[in-house]
Amino acid sequence: MDKHVTAPITAEVARNLRAGDYVYISGTVYVARDAAHKRFMEVLDRGEELPFSLKNAAIYYMGPSPAREGRPIGSAGPTTASRMDKYAPRLLDLGQRAMIGKGKRTQEVVDAIIRNQAVYFAAVGGAGALLSKCIKKSETVCYADLGAEAVLRLEVEDFPVVVVVDCEGNNLYETAVKEFRVSE
Amino acid sequence: MIRTISTEEITRNICEMCIEANHYLSEDMNRALKEAADTEKAPLGKKILLQLQENLTIAEEEMIPICQDTGMAVVFAEIGQDVHLEGTLLEEAINEGVRQGYVEGFLRKSVVGDPILRENTKDNTPAVIHCSIVAGDKVRLSLASKGFGSENMSRIFMLKPADGIEGVKQAILTAVKDAGPNACPPMVVGVGIGGTFEKCALLAKQALIRPVDERSKIPYVKDLEEEMLEKVNGLGIGPGGLGGTTTALAVNINTFPTHIAGLPVAINICCHVNRHVVREI
Repeated sequence: MDKHVTAPITAEVARNLRAGDYVYISGTVYVARDAAHKRFMEVLDRGEELPFSLKNAAIYYMGPSPAREGRPIGSAGPTTASRMDKYAPRLLDLGQRAMIGKGKRTQEVVDAIIRNQAVYFAAVGGAGALLSKCIKKSETVCYADLGAEAVLRLEVEDFPVVVVVDCEGNNLYETAVKEFRVSE
Repeated sequence: MIRTISTEEITRNICEMCIEANHYLSEDMNRALKEAADTEKAPLGKKILLQLQENLTIAEEEMIPICQDTGMAVVFAEIGQDVHLEGTLLEEAINEGVRQGYVEGFLRKSVVGDPILRENTKDNTPAVIHCSIVAGDKVRLSLASKGFGSENMSRIFMLKPADGIEGVKQAILTAVKDAGPNACPPMVVGVGIGGTFEKCALLAKQALIRPVDERSKIPYVKDLEEEMLEKVNGLGIGPGGLGGTTTALAVNINTFPTHIAGLPVAINICCHVNRHVVREI
């Protein structure tokens, strides 16, 4: 089912999303991947505040290619989410609502999704040029020294994703594959 | 007759090849993706394959890299033994080409200088370079920009000779199944069978550079490639891992003699953005 949501995403909106829904996201999305997540943990360990509010935040696991002149961003498709599995439950417990990436997640992440009424979306891996066109604005929030791994704030419009894990723990990667499996 | 080639020419070609590879997919890959969109049975899978077509058009027309992971540059340099290279060291010439290509082409710099210390080299160097001496007076350069979503899902199995062809089939299916959505399917599966530990990995990498519509010339390997493509597609992983009948576009297999005690099998997985450019100088 096609749905439109606005980010930040409230618990109420997340509760209405089901694995398999095709969703267009508009609004504000944060970008962070491996190195930034590692720093988030260090910040939290020191008892300090993160550089942006996690409340209802959607974090996109992505590291763009450099923008050409006149464009907000370069190619901008998702990176493999499992590398953030170690960090995601802690951030979800602190209010993060949505993750956008690609690939499988651990049971710990799925449990944290259920516990926090959150959602895991997949964007199409390798469609970085297409997804780039849905990003209208991009600014660096912090960690500019990380280059392609800096934390960004994006304004997105009808950014296409698919719900993979919903707040009940339904997992599209498991159910959809079974439907088409004929070899073992 | 000895033919002299300036290493500046190698630098210039590598620079152009990096930019070309990341904005235009080769014809064989384009055709395979188009065919997949026509035959995919899952509605969501079909939708994703059509998005990938659109993505390729945008990349080409607006010069936005097909994928933001513009990869680590892998270069195969086949040097004719009647060639005299004049200028800087070949390795430096290739790395300078990568440096220029990634900077001028607005490609992402994804290489860290040390695997543990992890500081970005900021120009995507060094490339992984494989040189070989071949007959003739030409230099043949093959460049693959290798993304790591799929590289990370690659595997090596040191099978026993008794495991035989069935063991090889199982190894391929295990690797693809484990890779699932992480490797950005529809993928291309490069397989190396035989050689030593490192040789079979290299065979698998070289298999990825072979056009996806070109089958092995060895009859039993060709049959194995076809059988495994069908089996891999039967896993149901589908485009984006969201279910469907297109999990791979090709299974390319290369073989090499091996030891009486061994049966090495390497599976190098590539996503649907299987970038390879070949030029002969």
